[in-house]
Amino acid sequence: MDFELSDEQNMLKDSVERFVLDNYSMDARAKLANTELGFSRDHWKTMAELGWLGMPFAEEVGGFGGSAVDVMIMMESMGRGLVLEPFLSTVILGGGLVAEAGSPAQIESILPQVIEGNMMLAFAYAEPQSRFNLNDVQTAASKSGDGYVLNGHKAVVYHGETADKIIVSARTSGNSQDEAGISLFVVDAKANGLSRRGYRTVDGQRAADIMLENVTVAADALLGAEGGAYPTIEKIVERAIAALCAEAVGAMQAANEITNEYLKERKQFGVPIGKFQVLQHRMVDMYMEAEQSKSMSDMVAMKLSMDDAKERQKAVSAAKAQIGQASKFVGQQSIQLHGGMGMTDEYSIGHYFKRLTTIEMLFGNTDYHFKKFAALSS
Amino acid sequence: MDLSFSDDDLAFQSEVREFLQTSLPKDVQERTARGLHPTKEAAVRWQKILNEKGWMAPNWPVEYGGTGWTVAQKYIAGQEFGLAAAPVATPFGVSMVGPVIYTFGNQEQKDKFLPRVLESDDWWCQGYSEPGSGSDLASLQTKAVRDGDDYVVNGQKIWTTFAQYADMIFCLVRTDNSGKKQEGISFLLIDMKTPGITVKPIYGLDKENSLNEVFFDDVRVPVANRIGEENKGWTYAKFLLGNERTSIARVGRSKRQVQRVREIAAAEQCGAGKLIEDADFMTKLGKIEVDLMALEYTELRYLSMLSAGKELSAEPSLLKIKGTEIQQRLTELLVESLGMYGAAYEPSEAYDGRNETAPGPDYAHGPMAEHLYLRAASIYGGSNEIQRNIVSKMVLGL
Repeated sequence: MDFELSDEQNMLKDSVERFVLDNYSMDARAKLANTELGFSRDHWKTMAELGWLGMPFAEEVGGFGGSAVDVMIMMESMGRGLVLEPFLSTVILGGGLVAEAGSPAQIESILPQVIEGNMMLAFAYAEPQSRFNLNDVQTAASKSGDGYVLNGHKAVVYHGETADKIIVSARTSGNSQDEAGISLFVVDAKANGLSRRGYRTVDGQRAADIMLENVTVAADALLGAEGGAYPTIEKIVERAIAALCAEAVGAMQAANEITNEYLKERKQFGVPIGKFQVLQHRMVDMYMEAEQSKSMSDMVAMKLSMDDAKERQKAVSAAKAQIGQASKFVGQQSIQLHGGMGMTDEYSIGHYFKRLTTIEMLFGNTDYHFKKFAALSS
Repeated sequence: MDLSFSDDDLAFQSEVREFLQTSLPKDVQERTARGLHPTKEAAVRWQKILNEKGWMAPNWPVEYGGTGWTVAQKYIAGQEFGLAAAPVATPFGVSMVGPVIYTFGNQEQKDKFLPRVLESDDWWCQGYSEPGSGSDLASLQTKAVRDGDDYVVNGQKIWTTFAQYADMIFCLVRTDNSGKKQEGISFLLIDMKTPGITVKPIYGLDKENSLNEVFFDDVRVPVANRIGEENKGWTYAKFLLGNERTSIARVGRSKRQVQRVREIAAAEQCGAGKLIEDADFMTKLGKIEVDLMALEYTELRYLSMLSAGKELSAEPSLLKIKGTEIQQRLTELLVESLGMYGAAYEPSEAYDGRNETAPGPDYAHGPMAEHLYLRAASIYGGSNEIQRNIVSKMVLGL
């Protein structure tokens, strides 16, 4: 029973925090968010050079062989600076799916490229009607010769606009909400019939809706067994949720520090507003939410490797529900305690609020995970 | 980072389970499971069993009779005691005054009082609050005036839990009025049989006599019964309150309460099905469970920091606030689970005396008593609002 980091992990933490400190002032971030790309290819190269893009992958494919705790450490530190590079989309989701379900040839052709920073990935799982249900897939993949033809509409694909390859969930059999019959395909972003409508998201990142119209892929685009992708998707989404939880913890801690400082500086009625008990207690509640979120994020990182699927899912849903709730509270109250300043685009706190708001909804919002937790517990 | 317990820890867990299974008296377990206080006789009987096993004082240093348990072992014991509905030892002696005596007392005081705490020969009570001094504890007015080798104590204490059972009271008294209010307080150990002490019962929301007023009328207390220095009592008092906060989360007990809600919900009819099939009710329980999990892992994280040699400031206040909120929400949900039988309520005295069963299903006897009693949980040990003041000052620097 131990929550302490190893020496190597402390070095990793220092290194990511240093990167954030050097590159993610609010001004620098705002500039990046306003570019067409939405992040920096130079930063991406740096991350590759530092070995971060290979963190969760096996050493045989050139990865670092890191654990979920290592990923948690990185995401938490990146959350402090609201880092924009597509680490979650490319490494945790896209790379995670390939490493989990890919054939040796797929792993060989994709992961080294990802690790070196030469290939970006995105995971297109959601659809306009699917809400948070990973099994709600209407996009169709029908057999054609040796390959498949894909047709459908994938929604709000984070970093889908800039990815080189899109991993698409599509139905090869069954009804629209069956868990069986879902397959994964690695689709080239430039494939004929694939069109992307890119847009900004409220958290300063970019996403795309992706239309697939008679997109033809070869048989070797199939990732894993035909019709059997659902458990893989669930598993990788669990990891993404754990990573997002850690990002939220970093963002909440930073938002609380900024707000706490503001309470000490801002004067009204002749005293710093932090002298008012009603604001002190609010700040303490925000602090307690972040503390408990940190505990849940650590817990879920450690439990991700559990074999007991039900216990693991309970841990994931509990963490996402608690952290979703905390993210909303800390984000919203940070704005409230800043008063008018909190409402401006220029000041940093609003950007934390907006990222925390989207984290709450990504991969299932608080209500969804409370219900899932309750169902798993009964 | 690693959540698993060592083989030694797992062996310890088995030992605790086996001990509780074989040694916890059934009548004591039943009352605790229902949420009722043990009687004095039952509490002392159980504590003597604990002491025989050497487990009366897990938090004390080994030289004074502590267990020498690691942080993980203390956590495991807390969980297992909670899950087995084993009452924790009455806190006033072993958790409150004991550590003050071995930390600040002289050798004579240690020799005289500590063994009697371990053996439950003295039942202690806490003389802190006064009618005019609640959250503003340092404003207390009970006066102790030096007269030869004695202090003469006059004044009144209130909210004194189980003073009617007590052999001894540890008391904060004013020995100086000239300077800052915190600087004129002394810490006295007073024999409850001393002439001039009167205990008057206060009947609580639960119609039980847990609380009392204690009056001091020219009570002579030997100076030898003062802890540490005169006028330095506030330091010892704060030390005691800090200890109290860390033991107050009661995660194990709340886990058992979650099971109890489930058991009752599985038995209670609700429409065409059982209450346990009602999605709204179960989501309410699920939300408490998630909060309890967050509390549990926060406690573990803090314990891990302590065993890694790091220092905590006011972080344990979080455990007090969240722990007591969860305890209250769980007893509220237990009462809710009973439907209309949640309204039936008689104090245990009346129920014991009539030799008949309580109205409604057997499990309906208990939840309301605990629900009423635990409204105090967010008030005692420094109210949850005072805890927020402490975190604000100590951790956030506001």
